[in-house]
Amino acid sequence: MAKILIPTPLRPYTDKQDAVDAAGATVGELLADLTRKHSGLKAHLYNDQGKLRSFVNVYVNDEDIRYLQKEQTPVNPSDTISIIPSVAGGASR
Amino acid sequence: MSSQLTIGWRVDEAIRAHGHETYPHECCGALIGRDGVVAEILALPNTTEEGPRRRFLVRPSDYREAERRATELGAELLGFYHSHPDHPARPSQYDLDHAWPNFAYIIVAVAAGVAGDMTVWFLKDDRSSFEEGSLHHGENSHPDTAQAVHR
Repeated sequence: MAKILIPTPLRPYTDKQDAVDAAGATVGELLADLTRKHSGLKAHLYNDQGKLRSFVNVYVNDEDIRYLQKEQTPVNPSDTISIIPSVAGGASR
Repeated sequence: MSSQLTIGWRVDEAIRAHGHETYPHECCGALIGRDGVVAEILALPNTTEEGPRRRFLVRPSDYREAERRATELGAELLGFYHSHPDHPARPSQYDLDHAWPNFAYIIVAVAAGVAGDMTVWFLKDDRSSFEEGSLHHGENSHPDTAQAVHR
């Protein structure tokens, strides 16, 4: 089990916990386990095609998984995984 | 989910001043407080590479800083604000596509450099649209707030 840190806007879906444990050998497996346990997270983490939304950043310890092996990045039980929002928006073009 | 937000006049003025300062670019920042009452804002750099007149982006390190600041104050990150230069204070499809649930999104319209309408929006849980909330003004943003604005 590795620890996943949950950002403020997603805590209502994890019974207000700011960190939850999840099982898996890769980031993808951990996130799948997380969304199995806390199904309300799924729509906010993944798009309709089942891909992680572009504004969802996932870090293993302090490394962005985009610069590792993305969702195939291996994780150890001692690792801390962080979900960190990119907050974006703006007026219509 | 709360659909109302209370801000003090100092916070209101600080958001407007930030929108004026960065015009014609969008400004952005974090809303920190408790129980639907904004105690302070944290002005953040707009790091978008897509054209800051029509886009804003809070990078992950600044997001983390906002959460850290909220924790320090024993408060919560309630949401974010941004400006719409020469555009109404209504969320765009782009705002909707990038929105997070359970956050308040304040939008201030800045026309020709002058801040006007200010509105607040909350993402519906099914992500289908925003719901407009009501923005209340209090004399004081929070009784134990010593300083309303951090840069």
